[in-house]
Amino acid sequence: MCSYITEQVKVVGSAKGAAGWMTIDTATIYFDHPYHAPLDHSLNIDFVNAADGAPVRVAVELSAESARELVAKILAALDQGALAHAAD
Amino acid sequence: MYEGMLAERVTIRGMHDDLVDAYMARPLGPGPFPGVVVIHHMPGWDEWTREVVRKFAQHGYAAISPHLYSRLGEGSPDDLAAKARAQGGVADDQVVADVAGASAFLRTQPYSSGKIGVIGFCSGGRHTYLTACTLTDIDAAVDCWGGQVVVDDPAQLSEKRPVAPIDLTASLCCPLLGIFGNEDHNPTVDQVNRTEAALQQHGKTYEFYRYDGAGHGFFAVDRPAYRPEQATAGWGNVFDFYGRYLAPESAQN
Repeated sequence: MCSYITEQVKVVGSAKGAAGWMTIDTATIYFDHPYHAPLDHSLNIDFVNAADGAPVRVAVELSAESARELVAKILAALDQGALAHAAD
Repeated sequence: MYEGMLAERVTIRGMHDDLVDAYMARPLGPGPFPGVVVIHHMPGWDEWTREVVRKFAQHGYAAISPHLYSRLGEGSPDDLAAKARAQGGVADDQVVADVAGASAFLRTQPYSSGKIGVIGFCSGGRHTYLTACTLTDIDAAVDCWGGQVVVDDPAQLSEKRPVAPIDLTASLCCPLLGIFGNEDHNPTVDQVNRTEAALQQHGKTYEFYRYDGAGHGFFAVDRPAYRPEQATAGWGNVFDFYGRYLAPESAQN
């Protein structure tokens, strides 16, 4: 299906795309048909700098299963990192 | 017999007379050729959409697909699709007006037969239903698995999509062909049933083909959802339908 459901979150950080590094301030997340991945539906994330309105983005299209695994690994890395750096 | 085709990017006038990019293809020769407006799905003005435009040209139609996101600036079709999504998609009235512009562009060409069909896939299927219920000069419309023609959750309506297309059925201006997979979740079989009931209630000319063993988007050859047997039959439905309703002698409904 073509879903209009789109999540957005403000982020602080940088991303590297075809033109090199850029500051990003927004991530747009949606589960819909991919543009490139050979899947019926994918979890898509666009990292952009919405403040400057440029069409440049860093995009990923992930299978639902791998997206869920990624979420778990991000949380695990954050938890481990928090512990490791607690004494810093 | 010589066969040739011209495929090119052109600029048309859309809503508010805006300049809108479009991709078109037509057989070489004087015509007359019936026209088809191809409405792309939400992921954008992609390669498959252009392949569909050329497919119609191969079958003797002058086909055009307006780039519904071309107002969003320069950029590749996928980047502009991402930008459109971040803005909640484009408004229904803008899409309908851009399709009207594409239709008018085709009709003014010297090779035009004057007949115009509209076809759309997925969200473009919904846009097709909407367009055929809003404009008054479309000759045949093909809705391929358009979701949210029936809106069960009012929260899905918005400023950009204020009306469920099914509520406009009384105004449908032309024969409608619907192609659906019985394993689709959007639209569900029940929603397709309700669309068919609305068409019957209003005495509209329609044909629905519902394919077992197929879900959503089963024409897409580069996706796991592709179902070659059902897709081949479905394309047969499309060309049979347009052959009857866009032929020079066919009467307006």
